[in-house]
Amino acid sequence: MTDLLEKRDTDAAPASSTPVASLARRKRRRVTASVVVAGVFVAVLLTAVVVPQLFTAVDPFATVPADGLKAPSAEHWFGTDRLGRDIFSRVIHGARYSILIGLSATAIAVIAGSIFGLIAGLSGRLIPGRLGLLVDETFGRLFDVISSSPGVLLAMVVVTFAGPGVQNIAVAIGIASIPMYGRVVRSQTLLVTRADFVTHAAIYGRSRARVVVEHVLPNVLVAIPVLAAIDVGASILAVSGLSFLGLGPQAPIPEWGVMLAESRDVLRIAWWGGFFPGLFITASVIALTVLGRALQRHIDGRNA
Amino acid sequence: MSRELVNVKNLTVAFGDSTVVHDVSFTVHAGECVALVGESGSGKSVTARSLVGLTGANSAVTADTLEIDGRDALTLTTREWRRLRGGFAGLVLQDALVSLDPLRSIGAEIREVLRTHHVVPRRAELERAIELLASVGIPQPELRVAQYAHQLSGGLRQRALIASALAADPALVIADEPTTALDVTVQKQIIQLLAARLDDGKGVLLISHDLAVVADIADRVIVMKNGRVVEEGETNAVLGDPRHEYTRQLLAAIPSAGSRGTYLSRATGSAVTTQRVPLPTREVSADRVILSATGLHKTFASAKRGNELHAVNDVSFELARGEVLGIVGESGSGKSTVANIVLGLTKPDAGEVRIDGEPWTTLAEGQRRPVRSRLQFISQDPLSSFDPRWTVQRVIAESTIVLGLTPSEARDRAAWLLGRVGLDTALLTRHPRTLSGGQRQRVSIARALAPEPQIIVCDEPASALDVSVQAQVLDLLAEIQADRGTSLLFVSHDLGVVHHVSDRVLVLKDGRVVESGQVDDVFYRPQADYTKQLLASLPTAVSAA
Repeated sequence: MTDLLEKRDTDAAPASSTPVASLARRKRRRVTASVVVAGVFVAVLLTAVVVPQLFTAVDPFATVPADGLKAPSAEHWFGTDRLGRDIFSRVIHGARYSILIGLSATAIAVIAGSIFGLIAGLSGRLIPGRLGLLVDETFGRLFDVISSSPGVLLAMVVVTFAGPGVQNIAVAIGIASIPMYGRVVRSQTLLVTRADFVTHAAIYGRSRARVVVEHVLPNVLVAIPVLAAIDVGASILAVSGLSFLGLGPQAPIPEWGVMLAESRDVLRIAWWGGFFPGLFITASVIALTVLGRALQRHIDGRNA
Repeated sequence: MSRELVNVKNLTVAFGDSTVVHDVSFTVHAGECVALVGESGSGKSVTARSLVGLTGANSAVTADTLEIDGRDALTLTTREWRRLRGGFAGLVLQDALVSLDPLRSIGAEIREVLRTHHVVPRRAELERAIELLASVGIPQPELRVAQYAHQLSGGLRQRALIASALAADPALVIADEPTTALDVTVQKQIIQLLAARLDDGKGVLLISHDLAVVADIADRVIVMKNGRVVEEGETNAVLGDPRHEYTRQLLAAIPSAGSRGTYLSRATGSAVTTQRVPLPTREVSADRVILSATGLHKTFASAKRGNELHAVNDVSFELARGEVLGIVGESGSGKSTVANIVLGLTKPDAGEVRIDGEPWTTLAEGQRRPVRSRLQFISQDPLSSFDPRWTVQRVIAESTIVLGLTPSEARDRAAWLLGRVGLDTALLTRHPRTLSGGQRQRVSIARALAPEPQIIVCDEPASALDVSVQAQVLDLLAEIQADRGTSLLFVSHDLGVVHHVSDRVLVLKDGRVVESGQVDDVFYRPQADYTKQLLASLPTAVSAA
């Protein structure tokens, strides 16, 4: 995206060698403590997603009614819930659900949004006459319809029709994010197809399909990773939110939102039941957003 | 001697470890125009900005003396600087579009200056703003005062910017490349505006790389290179009989009638006694017409309902093998539309272009594609014509794909072409954005040459470059043309450049050909009033050399 913005700068080479620019570059390169902390936390989370056994040998589903509602101790780091299940183990195993559903939702939104956005952006240029504009308009209105209601509300409607469950909740949250990617990809496509280098490629006798594959696609999709990285956190939050409402994975699955819901009744006497899942939801969202912003700064800096 | 507006002794400006202005000394008196001349990176703009305290937070400005309006500027506080800017010294920047706030009308822009410096009571501001717009030659100022920057043409925008710089009636106007992007007729108006200030006893500090403009208005010239003053003195003395080698090169690099058929970048001597090296001779086969356009028409729907813009109106021309046909005209004359029609990017409403006698614009794109390599294109802005993710090698290789080379052949060819345009093959793996403006335009020439085209369409190929870099690029094009017998369609608004490169010339106005013929006939014995007017607008002192 920034690539296109710098085209007016005809003397970037001498300018970038000025000390001001190199100072700014050095500043940008500096990895801040928050990025390191966020990176470590996300790395731990992802490890927990793949091999939760690494962190805890306790079965997250094993109930020990006698040990119900024990406060955090050396034996149970995060305490136990009403059925005596180890909350630490459940939080670690729960990462798999919360994180994976969040990632899947984002992936669905990215893929569908990119395809719709590309079709919308290209149709006006490639399909002659009114039909092209009609296709573009149709997708534009579709994005408007989807984004006209709040994302979580829309996801609730989808889940109500499709029924609760892991896949359905990922699809529901993904659909709500489609317009964001679709609009960005569409406008990028319009920009890139009007760029001089696309005109030049035509002058070299390159076919339209090749121009799209070689020039348009790569230059359009550069904007996506940053957007997605920042959005994953929001998706995880949405997953937990819907699960809390009972629309996602069902008990006894240790999804963080489900755990929050389960602990609600006994929160007055056992704060740890809600505190630790809540802490992980919050920390994951913050950490992923911090990393997403860092990625954005890095890419902007590289292209500026 | 009249009042001293600016007195600078040994000004040095540094950014961190690198010093960009070294020991520069000069004065500007009331009623005097001093010109700072030099290329990009010569430190001329930084020097000018140090006079208004706008060199930026990272800069270190030192000087033995830096007196502005008789006050020591080195000790000024931020508040005092603010009063000085706009009040004592008005600043006009090159790019009026980015210098004007897109969300404010030009009237608001001017009123801000009036209010800041308490020039007139609030009630009189609007009236005053209209007066100012009228004084800089903007027609219908009552209407324009409520308009926004994007609603104005480039010339009007630049004049509006000047009006805002003049609003507080500053004793000194600092104009940084005020005419660079403008057509000659508009340029002339701006120069006259600045000259009128001088007659009123105000001072002007003009920053420019255009020696012709400088010669027209400046009393004294300071030539800068790499942050140092290499030569200074009375304008006539410096430009008429330059002492320093660099000044001579700058003067010799200006394309004009006198430089036809010779190298621009290899001349020595003064403006009067230039020793020029002839270019290799070029063969024009007048009987072998390679490109013919007959009766081209193109109409665009205008933004205003019902209005149509007849961008190209009955344009016909022929281009022979090895010939250079110049197309001149001001912005909006339709010259770029003609180029796009020839390139097969815009479909003409009527008329056709034939290449080598075969149909071209009447073909469908699919039929045209296999023979596309006969026709290549060099645009004004090379950077935007390169895919931002691609290296130089890939950029050049793209245009050779039609030749069906293997990857290693394509690489060899790209390397050979880089050598041909005078670039190091080490640049192959670089990204174009890390190259300088001149290097980029060379890469774009290499790319255009790659498929061995018969015709190259050049749309303002050197307009964005410094005069010495422009000289190198034009020399390179001429050499290659002599070598390959390529025909050039050369589109430009710069009459000097067109006179230098072209054999024949086509003058366009409002989409029509107003005059055409051999370049010397058209330039020395113009028939059409419009051509006469264009030529009369040219700054004269240097171009006559």
